[in-house]
Amino acid sequence: MGLKDKLTELKENALKEINTAEDLKKINSIRVNLLGKKGPITEVLRGMRDLPKEERPNVGSFANKVRDELTSAIAERKERIEIIKISKRLEEEKIDVTLPGVPVKAGQPHIIMQVIDQIEKLFLGMGYQVVDGPEVEEDHYNFEMMNLPKDHPARDMQDTFYITDKLLMRTQTSPVQARTMEKHDFSKGPLKMISPGKVYRRDTDDATHSHQFHQIEGLVIDKNITMADLKGTLQLIARTVFGEEREIRLRPSYFPFTEPSVEVDVSCFKCNGQGCSVCKNTGWIEVLGAGMVHPNVLKMSGIDADIYGGFAFGLGPDRFAMLKYGVDDIREFYLNDVRFLKQFSQRG
Amino acid sequence: MKISTKWLSDYVNVDVEPQVLAEKIERTAVEVDEVYRLEDGLKKIVVGETLKVAAHPNSDHLHICQVDVGEDEPLQIICGAPNIAAHKKVIVALPNSRIAGNVKIKRGKMRGEVSEGMICALQEIGFTEGVVPKKFVDGIYFLPDNAEPGKPVYPYLGMDEDIIDLDVTPNRADMLSMRGTAYEIAAIYNKKVSLPHLEVKESTKDNVADYLKLKADTELASTYLMRLIKNVTVKESPLWLQKRLWNAGVRPLNNIVDVTNYVLMDYGQPLHSFDYGKINGNNITVRLAKAGEILTTLDEQERELDEHDIVIADDKGPIALAGTMGGQSTEIDGGTTTVALEAAVFNSSLIRKTARRHNLHSEASMRFERGVNRATVAEALNTAAQLIADLGEGEIVSGVAEGSLEATTPVEVSISLDKINKVLGTDLTIDIVADIFKRLEFGVEINKNVFTVSVPPRRWDISIPADLIEEVARIYGYDNLPATLPKGELTPGHYNYTQKIIRETRQLLEAAGLTQAVSYGLTTTAKAQRFLMQPSEATQLSFPMSSDRTTARMNLISGLLDDIAYNVARKVKNIAFYEQGRVFYREKGTERPVEVEHVAGALTGLFETATWHNTKTPVDFYLTKGIVEHLLHTLGVTENIRYVQANGHEEMHPGRTADVYVGNEFLGFLGEIHPNIAKEYHIERTYIFELDLKKIITMPKQLEIYTPISKYPAITRDVALAVNKSIQNSEIVSCIRKNGGKNLAKVELFDVYEGEHIAVNFKSLAYKLTYQNKKTTLLDEDVSKDFAKVVAELKKEFDAEIR
Ligand SMILES: [Zn+2]
Repeated sequence: MGLKDKLTELKENALKEINTAEDLKKINSIRVNLLGKKGPITEVLRGMRDLPKEERPNVGSFANKVRDELTSAIAERKERIEIIKISKRLEEEKIDVTLPGVPVKAGQPHIIMQVIDQIEKLFLGMGYQVVDGPEVEEDHYNFEMMNLPKDHPARDMQDTFYITDKLLMRTQTSPVQARTMEKHDFSKGPLKMISPGKVYRRDTDDATHSHQFHQIEGLVIDKNITMADLKGTLQLIARTVFGEEREIRLRPSYFPFTEPSVEVDVSCFKCNGQGCSVCKNTGWIEVLGAGMVHPNVLKMSGIDADIYGGFAFGLGPDRFAMLKYGVDDIREFYLNDVRFLKQFSQRG
Repeated sequence: MKISTKWLSDYVNVDVEPQVLAEKIERTAVEVDEVYRLEDGLKKIVVGETLKVAAHPNSDHLHICQVDVGEDEPLQIICGAPNIAAHKKVIVALPNSRIAGNVKIKRGKMRGEVSEGMICALQEIGFTEGVVPKKFVDGIYFLPDNAEPGKPVYPYLGMDEDIIDLDVTPNRADMLSMRGTAYEIAAIYNKKVSLPHLEVKESTKDNVADYLKLKADTELASTYLMRLIKNVTVKESPLWLQKRLWNAGVRPLNNIVDVTNYVLMDYGQPLHSFDYGKINGNNITVRLAKAGEILTTLDEQERELDEHDIVIADDKGPIALAGTMGGQSTEIDGGTTTVALEAAVFNSSLIRKTARRHNLHSEASMRFERGVNRATVAEALNTAAQLIADLGEGEIVSGVAEGSLEATTPVEVSISLDKINKVLGTDLTIDIVADIFKRLEFGVEINKNVFTVSVPPRRWDISIPADLIEEVARIYGYDNLPATLPKGELTPGHYNYTQKIIRETRQLLEAAGLTQAVSYGLTTTAKAQRFLMQPSEATQLSFPMSSDRTTARMNLISGLLDDIAYNVARKVKNIAFYEQGRVFYREKGTERPVEVEHVAGALTGLFETATWHNTKTPVDFYLTKGIVEHLLHTLGVTENIRYVQANGHEEMHPGRTADVYVGNEFLGFLGEIHPNIAKEYHIERTYIFELDLKKIITMPKQLEIYTPISKYPAITRDVALAVNKSIQNSEIVSCIRKNGGKNLAKVELFDVYEGEHIAVNFKSLAYKLTYQNKKTTLLDEDVSKDFAKVVAELKKEFDAEIR
């Protein structure tokens, strides 16, 4: 048998062996055996010395061809084995993706704080400062500086927890405004503030009354503040909290610290103004009170009411949350039932 | 204030649906509570005539009545009312009718006899008990004799009138009257009011001066007037008057009292009628009561007066509590023939105090508190006197007795057009604004864009330019205002540092798995005083509403334990709460507490429940401590933090509580609550922490500066040592650090073990020591030398057995 025939036979046997190899180890050993220094191809090439000179190139190139063929057959088989191996592994590693995920342990903000945060961010974005003040307040700031002298009939509107004759649990966060107005230096720009916080009323707790709740009061004082500015600002609050499509309407009202005073209704977000149980079939829901700061309030804080003026508003995050989420008992906010609190986990 | 649109239409004619009118009022003047008719919800209620009334054979109180309801045949109706009688016009609820409360009336049998409907009391067709005339309260109502059987009863009773119930704000007391409301409606709809003025026909036989001499302190009553009506017959008022009263929410009583109430609603002027025959002497004085004086008021209450109560007194003493309630001794009754009728303006703040002190809030006192129209006091008196004379067939003694009389003049207020537009953000013209003032029937003069407005006394709420701006704004319509945002100098909007840290703290704790609770700031004194972080007096309310809420809290934990108890009682057992809020510390001898921002947490049950994938994690001291450590670290408090075993907190587990210090500054504490406290709240083991957030905020923080990450490899060595149980980890760590050499970078505790292979009262602690140098590769020999030194020191200092 000539060298060529030998090589051909070798190749055929080897290819059979390669193409039936099942794992990488086997293919590796085939490669070493076939193509290694002691392998049969090398052996054949060594035998070329015995060939006539003129036959050598022919046989040589044939041998190289065989070697190349085998090399690539090995490579192909190797790739094939790897593919099989991976798909086998993937097959084995299949899991039930419908099993539940591992719960992420995360707490969450109280629903009222979420409402407050949302409103704070709106106003910070418009250049307002957030101002805090004491919860135990002086009658002077809570009432008198708000144009509510001792005998004022409107004092009946809010029953108060007094601590002494002069000290009380604040019934509103507007005393913070009085304190801030007194200190504000108008040469450094307008006053734009909101004051969020807890307030207290001497009330018996029931589904719609709580002796503790929250308020956010807002105040802007500058030289050219208009009631139209108030209306635009209130519209923004309503749309931020209750949705972009909301409309507002202002109705005359009475607060001692503003003149004119208005009550603000937002178009019902449940029925879109068609009338439903939430809006008591009026299409409107009362959400806050506001007005233009009463000149007496400005004067008491040492501000020239002929030059400066502004607007103020006050809203209840508790009420907002009740309306927005359909909570029908204000006490839920302060009993902190985990099952209640955990319902409000969506942000934004 | 309940406004009948029918009554209103006598004064101003606006041809609109009541709902539309109500909406307009709401948008322009005051809030509307409700728009309704008394007949709303009723069905098939008709006039009936009782033809025959016979006793029911099987009952001692029921009657069998044959009732003509305008049909061919009378209906048989069983009636249990005590005042049932034959030949009366009654209210009949026919079979399949609907009476008050949405109750359906059906044909039925009562004790064996057929009853085809029901004869009704006023309450049964929706009248509130308080407006039903006394004599019909316990029985059925008798309609006028001319009522036509079979016709609906509603028009006979005024139940077909539209009522708009106004919620009048304190400033708009002018709208606590029909006439004031008429002016307002006229302004809104640009109409004119037409108000009747009743002419007084006086008897010329005698003069009021022969009967009454009045004396009034003008500080107490700026106007005090009386008229006398003689020879009156006290009786039931005509139905038209009764209807007006009950539609206004007032119970008809008799023609005298009814007239005073009618004029009260009409003019907003409270009046009082005295039985002149019961007054002692001719002198009536308006004065302050003397302390200890006693007056029995119309409600039969004996009241002790003090020197802040205004009284009307005769020669013997008080006969009425001015402006709030009359006295029983001079009450109008069936025998009254001469009426002394009072119209006055009393000091509003004194009336307010009297009404509060005696808990006597009435239609009259409310109007005196808020103010009355000073221009119509005398007119209201005259109208009432004439009506009493007409309805009681009496005669008016000539003249008005006068104790005081305040002159009334319009108030002048000036404002420029520019100011109005500047405040409202509008471009209103002179004409628009002038027209608004004219519609309100204010006098107006215009001079170079300045309005001088003369405001009639009926609008005593208006006294400054801002008040006029409000009038312009509301009549012009708030809907017509543009919506803009404040222009002007830009201001930065950002949280201050304290606010920022407070909000960071919340987020950190939420990310750590705690849910925010917001608890009550007021609690019991006992709960307020627990878990104190510093000595403090309790701040207490002077008149608490309930015994649960008397004191401002001095810790946050008590509130969180309340929350946990609330949940546990509802079978929610795994809880991780935090709260951020203020505590109120008060120093002895001061009144006002200092408010300090705190943050606290409370955890009970499982922190993480077991899932198919994970095992459960119960809460414990170290989990709680981890949260505190994370919080402090992230807020930049990283140096010199010490956790010191603390057994001095009465409410805490003495062996499982640590005080937290930064240097020598006490920040707060954490640990397990005392089993006694847990038992009191009916809760399981609960771990808490409370920290002074204000101290954390003001504390100097470590600046974060980048440290290059070492390029040289670290070498670690482990050491496990058995030591006496009383030795604390912190002692060992500081010993390792002290003796670790300059290359010791980190000491980590990785195992704590007690039990088998360890002697009783001993524990095994295992530490990993990491050595690293920033400038060079460490040699194994060097590290071994340093490590050997540490081990030797540990042996020496703690008598430790190295394992
Ligand atoms: Zn609705």
